Amino acid sequence: MKKFLIEFPEILFIALRAMRANKLRSVLTTLGIIIGIVAVTTMSTAIVGLREAFISSISSFGSDVLYVDKFPWFAMGNWNQYRNRKDITFEQYEKLRSILKNYEAMAPSKSTFGAGVKRKDKSVQATLVFGTTEDYQKTGNVNPAEGRFLNDLDVKSGRRVCIVGKDIVDELFPRENPLNQYIKINNVPMQVIGVLEKQGSGMMGAFSLDGQVIMPLKTFETVISNRHQRLRIDIKIGDVSKLADAKEEIISAMRVIRKVPLNKPDDFAINQQEALKDMYDKTIGIVALAGIVITALSLFVGAIGIMNIMFVSVTERTREIGIRKAIGAKTWSILFQFLTEAAILCIMGGIIGLIISFPLSLVINQFLPTAMPLDIVFISLLISALVGVISGFLPAWKASKLNPVDSLRYE
Amino acid sequence: MNIINIEHIAKIYQVGSEEVHALRDVSLKIDKNEYVAIMGPSGSGKSTLMNMLGCLDTPTKGIYDFKGNNVSQMNDNELAAIRNKEIGFVFQTFNLLARSNALHNVELPLIYAGVSSSERKERARLALEQVGLSDRIHHKPNELSGGQRQRVSIARALVTKPSIILADEPTGNLDTKTGEDIMALFNDIYELGNTIILVTHEEYIAEHAARIIRLRDGLIEKDEMVTKRYVPKKNGASKV
Repeated sequence: MKKFLIEFPEILFIALRAMRANKLRSVLTTLGIIIGIVAVTTMSTAIVGLREAFISSISSFGSDVLYVDKFPWFAMGNWNQYRNRKDITFEQYEKLRSILKNYEAMAPSKSTFGAGVKRKDKSVQATLVFGTTEDYQKTGNVNPAEGRFLNDLDVKSGRRVCIVGKDIVDELFPRENPLNQYIKINNVPMQVIGVLEKQGSGMMGAFSLDGQVIMPLKTFETVISNRHQRLRIDIKIGDVSKLADAKEEIISAMRVIRKVPLNKPDDFAINQQEALKDMYDKTIGIVALAGIVITALSLFVGAIGIMNIMFVSVTERTREIGIRKAIGAKTWSILFQFLTEAAILCIMGGIIGLIISFPLSLVINQFLPTAMPLDIVFISLLISALVGVISGFLPAWKASKLNPVDSLRYE
Repeated sequence: MNIINIEHIAKIYQVGSEEVHALRDVSLKIDKNEYVAIMGPSGSGKSTLMNMLGCLDTPTKGIYDFKGNNVSQMNDNELAAIRNKEIGFVFQTFNLLARSNALHNVELPLIYAGVSSSERKERARLALEQVGLSDRIHHKPNELSGGQRQRVSIARALVTKPSIILADEPTGNLDTKTGEDIMALFNDIYELGNTIILVTHEEYIAEHAARIIRLRDGLIEKDEMVTKRYVPKKNGASKV
């Protein structure tokens, strides 16, 4: 160990000097690693960002909330089998509410994508419109930053009031307080009673939660759509560990309510956020993995470049190796000397690669809610050192095994 | 006390399907503070014997005993340790590291011996002073003359205080005058009590030694003491 500590500065010095002596060659070789690291880090930043964006865009679905719906969110197989199912009705919701015991909040909801929202000469497109009850504040985890949420009275009497997202406020009330002002949704005047807190970009503008409008269910049925719009029942359980039990309970209750015969399958579905994540990981996850593998190939090409140049370096310095061995360098000294050289080449490539990919990650951040994760920085440095050691190993091994007699004679 | 004790060593190379007997049966002993020249025409096994003596190679048959250590059985790393501690090499082509200055070249064996940086520098400086190069320690080999390069390599051989100094045609790449200076330096080193083994094919160089071993066809042809040893004049260049 002591010998190693004494030799190490020499080893480092030799490696740096060899690289200085062949500047252009070192730069070109490193370029392979730089490109590899930039590709891998940028790709993984984008992938992490994509997932973050997805998670944040499904964050309106609570992890402890079950959604009773006519369709499963991800229908595998034949869609036809779901089409003939009967809609879930408000009456079924009321029955479920009276039967079920262990839940924190339950809200029926109807929703639609997109609706025109106007005020005076300004107009904006709402991304999502919900018709629901006061319990939706808990099931949907929505909190008004200003004003208030729906209350019992709003819901029961179907008042024309609404809570709107931040984007809509910014568009329609640039310099005014929106509270208690009127906007027109589908040309029906509605009073703004609350403004939701800003959610952030989400994945795509079309589903941005900052563009949503929430109103009482009855109001929704008159203003937005007809009574036949399908109803969903959102049930907040309040405890993720009780989710499975609650699901069983809901299924049996719903079977009774909807009078499903014993020998028939459920004619409704219980959805949950987890399923969305699973679905994401199953589909996008595979694409992401393929992306990482493909970009990792460029790193592999870089590694081959390193290996190639290290073989050249060993051949060029055969005589030097012979001299060192003749005067007492042991096998591991020579092995380590060349491994160090390869590792330094790669680590430098890694560092330069990170310096390049950092601004790139800022560019990605314009589209996806992500920054270059710190662990990617460490992992890529580790990978580049590892690439150096692995690709340098064969050449270094060859050097360390050279016969001093022959290598001293090498011209 | 014998430093080197060789008994019936042979070295056989396999060249294609043919066996080449570079050394057939060689036995010799070398004492402390001997000055031995090994001579022989090319193909006599001179270089093979030198590689053997320098622990750069191991014999196919026979026993090589170096200060009580059986070198014939050693692995690469043990050989490297022996070379590092016990043997100082001086080559015909100097074999200095081209990109390192004189001081670093002389330091090199001490690095592999695990000597600390400050002690290394001190000892290397001292060795360069011994060979008369204290004003050239920061010069690189290409900034030095042939004679000066050979002095650097002699300093490198001396710096570990080895048991033997093994010089392979040390004047082969030098003009007569410079060669004479180098031989004078070897004489000084010998007179200080060092053991020198000199491999050469020049009779007049061999006559600097006290004993000449002549090889032919892988066998010792003659092993005799020199009756009238040539002692070069001190030229003042060295401060040994």
